[in-house]
Amino acid sequence: MNDIIVAISTALGKGAISIVRLSGKGCIELVNSCFKGKDLTKVLSHTINYGHIVYENNVIDEVLVSVMRAPKTYTTEDIVEINCHGGIAPTNKILEVMVLLGARLALAGEFTKRAYLNGRIDLIKAEAVMDIINSKTEKAREVSVNQLEGRLSSIIRKFRQELLELLANIEVNIDYPEYEDAVDVTISTIHDRVASMKKSLELIVQESLSRQIIKDGISIAIVGKPNVGKSSILNKLLGEDKAIVTDIAGTTRDIVEGSITLNGVALNFIDTAGIRDTSDVVEKVGVEKSIQQLDKADLVLLVLNYNERLTSEEKSLMDMIKNKKYITVINKCDLEKKIDVDLSSLKNVIYTDTVSVDGIESLKNKIIELFHLEELENNNYDIFTNTRQITLAKESLAILEEVKRGIDLNVPVDMIAIDINRMWTKLGEILGENYSDELIDQLFSQFCLGK
Amino acid sequence: MNYDVIVVGGGHAGCEACLATSRLKKKTLLVTGNKENIADMPCNPSIGGPAKGIIVREIDALGGEMGKNIDKSFLQMKMLNTKKGPAVRALRAQADKVVYQKEMLNTLEKEENLDILESMVADLLVEDGKIKGIVLENGQKIFSSTVIITTGTYLKGTILCGSHKISSGPHGEKPSLYLSDSLKKLGFTMKRLKTGTPPRIKKDSIDYSRAVIQPGDEEMYHFSFFNQSSYDVDKQIPCYLIYTTEKTHDIIRKNLNKSSMYGGYVEGVGPRYCPSIEDKIVKFADKDRHQIFLEPESIYYDDIYIQGFSTSMPHDVQEQMVHSLPGLEKAEIVKYAYAIEYDAIDSKQLKPSLETKLVENLYTAGQINGTSGYEEAAGQGIIAGINASRKLDGLEPIILGRNEAYIGVLIDDLVTKGVIDPYRLLTSRAEYRLLLRHDNADIRLMKYGKEVGLVHDDIYCLFQEKLRNIERLNHILKNVKLNPTEEVNRYLSSLDSAHLYDGISLYDLLKRPEIKYDNIKRYVEEDFDIDVIEQVVINIKYDGYIAKANKEVSKMLEYEKIKINDCIDYDKVSNLAKEAVQKLKEIRPISIGQALRISGVNPSDISMLLLYLKRNHYE
Repeated sequence: MNDIIVAISTALGKGAISIVRLSGKGCIELVNSCFKGKDLTKVLSHTINYGHIVYENNVIDEVLVSVMRAPKTYTTEDIVEINCHGGIAPTNKILEVMVLLGARLALAGEFTKRAYLNGRIDLIKAEAVMDIINSKTEKAREVSVNQLEGRLSSIIRKFRQELLELLANIEVNIDYPEYEDAVDVTISTIHDRVASMKKSLELIVQESLSRQIIKDGISIAIVGKPNVGKSSILNKLLGEDKAIVTDIAGTTRDIVEGSITLNGVALNFIDTAGIRDTSDVVEKVGVEKSIQQLDKADLVLLVLNYNERLTSEEKSLMDMIKNKKYITVINKCDLEKKIDVDLSSLKNVIYTDTVSVDGIESLKNKIIELFHLEELENNNYDIFTNTRQITLAKESLAILEEVKRGIDLNVPVDMIAIDINRMWTKLGEILGENYSDELIDQLFSQFCLGK
Repeated sequence: MNYDVIVVGGGHAGCEACLATSRLKKKTLLVTGNKENIADMPCNPSIGGPAKGIIVREIDALGGEMGKNIDKSFLQMKMLNTKKGPAVRALRAQADKVVYQKEMLNTLEKEENLDILESMVADLLVEDGKIKGIVLENGQKIFSSTVIITTGTYLKGTILCGSHKISSGPHGEKPSLYLSDSLKKLGFTMKRLKTGTPPRIKKDSIDYSRAVIQPGDEEMYHFSFFNQSSYDVDKQIPCYLIYTTEKTHDIIRKNLNKSSMYGGYVEGVGPRYCPSIEDKIVKFADKDRHQIFLEPESIYYDDIYIQGFSTSMPHDVQEQMVHSLPGLEKAEIVKYAYAIEYDAIDSKQLKPSLETKLVENLYTAGQINGTSGYEEAAGQGIIAGINASRKLDGLEPIILGRNEAYIGVLIDDLVTKGVIDPYRLLTSRAEYRLLLRHDNADIRLMKYGKEVGLVHDDIYCLFQEKLRNIERLNHILKNVKLNPTEEVNRYLSSLDSAHLYDGISLYDLLKRPEIKYDNIKRYVEEDFDIDVIEQVVINIKYDGYIAKANKEVSKMLEYEKIKINDCIDYDKVSNLAKEAVQKLKEIRPISIGQALRISGVNPSDISMLLLYLKRNHYE
């Protein structure tokens, strides 16, 4: 934690300027040693300074340097940001100079990690920042920003505070049994307090699970027998030539991924190799992969040929996906009908053909309908956005379930308190903060005790 | 004169410490300022209560004296929290201060390997970082292999009453003026703490007609395990409950700046759990009355202790305050209330054995470590005594886990977290309190008492018999089955319990919340002791919760098992946060488990530390 870290903070190669950022004690001196302009060690904090980066008598670039001194910075350490000209070569050169002068390349997320370790942000915020960095779509960014401002943190904090007050009351009842001002906490008090919390937390978890797709996107597998037109449907969706389209069955051997954004949510397509019994080793790998992909997909697009009879492979494919969310795409509808299946027995049928794009629009609309994407427009974003948080929240709910069981069995309050305490600790884990003397502090500020 | 052990201070910590060492055959000297003050109770005339009562039981299980001594000297006994779960039940006794002290002095004087000297200690003899003995205020040197300091509130004690401030120990005793400085010279960080005590009034001057009587329990209780003696429950001495009045609050508000605390005369940090009455009125201004308990101090003199009324007001204001209480209009104050400031060491400078890190074979226990309470002091005293003696014998110290004893929680908190205000044990400080019960202190700790040598064979035999009976009763309950006969179901109906459709063991039947042992006793052919039944029933009824606690404990023990060598160089551990390095260097935890409990050491630091330990292990 004592060394100087450096990283290129902007997307490399895109944009007119790039920013190289350094953090750590001594980073101002480090940059100053290769900076021609004002003496950076003497400039005011949070100022931008014009000059040049010069290394071994070569001018590397004309730059603007922001100097931010500890502790009011992102990491709470000294930070320097060098605004240089965009483009891969000059940015990398500046980074290289910084490393030559003694800085260390930052690990992924290390600036945020320092901010967390130095106590500037809590874990939920730190994770939200990581999510911003990694977020693919605008909507996911909004969720992240919302968390960063601590809305979810403050909801969890409120729950914790309520539990803490309840616990403090129970503890006072135990440690000061003759103290009359602390009303005895009874089982029904606990029941009332906990019930509403359980409901809100359940709601948040449910919402989080369904909204996890905002961040991760919906993963869609396109399946069908070889040469049924999977690649061309994908290409039409993506609006570009991604998959190789030929008339020879079995040319799409790799799983081709492509993404589009629909109502702000990423749709990640997995084009699968045609599923069929094959002896071709190379293709077999592709087929096995396809079956694996099926399991992971949130949605399956089953592509059938209007112009052909159903094969036994297609029938088993339909069997494989019957418990998943799927859309049946009947392709090549401009050709003669030979398909021998009761189309009304299939779920979510879309008709398309090889040349026009009409079918594609109705396919998109079907996806919007299936995932309620139209409802995502409202801005109620009090949700957990990563798996760690959701897991901990689920564990908290399981503990609440035990609290409820204790209440039902009429267990003494001081024992139910053990589970309430666990719940409170668990919620603390979500925030990444656990201060063990908090309860004692609460006890003495909430009640007037003494000899 | 040469001793194995010198104990400095004859309070509750000192008594347990010197008894432990002398009983473990170490030639021991107890130095006290005044023999009359051995085992003094300068504040509450009571022993026990939530958490504290359990410590007394733990001391007893380890072979200490406090439980036995209060059993000989109580005025009333009361089991608290009986309507709550078994984990938080706690015994409390009102003590007869005179008898308590007399009995303790008697016990000390009878001890073969123990000498008592009335004197004050001015300095410590230290050579090469090892204690060699003490220097008395008259300049006399006494040598010993080990010294245990248990000076309570006497180190630079200062008594405050309004703006009046005098150098003094509790109730006018001579304070220890020099020892604090000699500790400082040795490198100890000293801190200033404060506590206080309420006024005492004359029994005859109280009109009890408006007070609520608080009698002792009708059931008989003992602190000490296997104590079979009986007493007349009707002859217990009652306490009384009254309330402060609006007038009391007015007087206090009007005179607030005259108190030592609010007048700015106090430098020490006072305890949060026992604020003065002026604190209560300022901080909880919305309360229009506060409870006050009138407690007898002894049958040999008629001082009544006004519990809940501790203050540092000047005498004339105290007069007005006391007279504003209902029934105390004409009360005569025998001793005025006062605040007392004293020096304590930073307890983070101690090892979990209570030996100081700075000076080998020097131990400290009790209020000098920043705690408060007679029981907390005694608990540390016996551990310091045991470990001092074991060190002389070349044995490993006894370190009780947080899952084993409140004493373990107390000492771990002291050495790992340190204290800011005087530390009192609370049940909420024990994360495994369901396992640390009043009823099972013997099961938890008597094995240590036996191993150390303080629990004698006769008691240990009784204990083992108890264990056997517990096993026997469990066996019976599991094997006696009830069948769904009409008679049985009729009986269950009368108990508001569901009918049987299959056979059920008594053990499983007891799991029903509405079924008590008395209800099924008719099916058990043998008679069992109430203590045995209690153990068995608690374990059946709260099985799920106990299992959960045990699971948490085994998780913690995983971390406790990873020991950190004392020679570790934290500067060599890469990527530790600066604060963590500083804290780890200061506390030098003995295990990863302890390191985890240090505030300012984050989980990421622990990962780094684990990584380092692992790497070093393989190298």
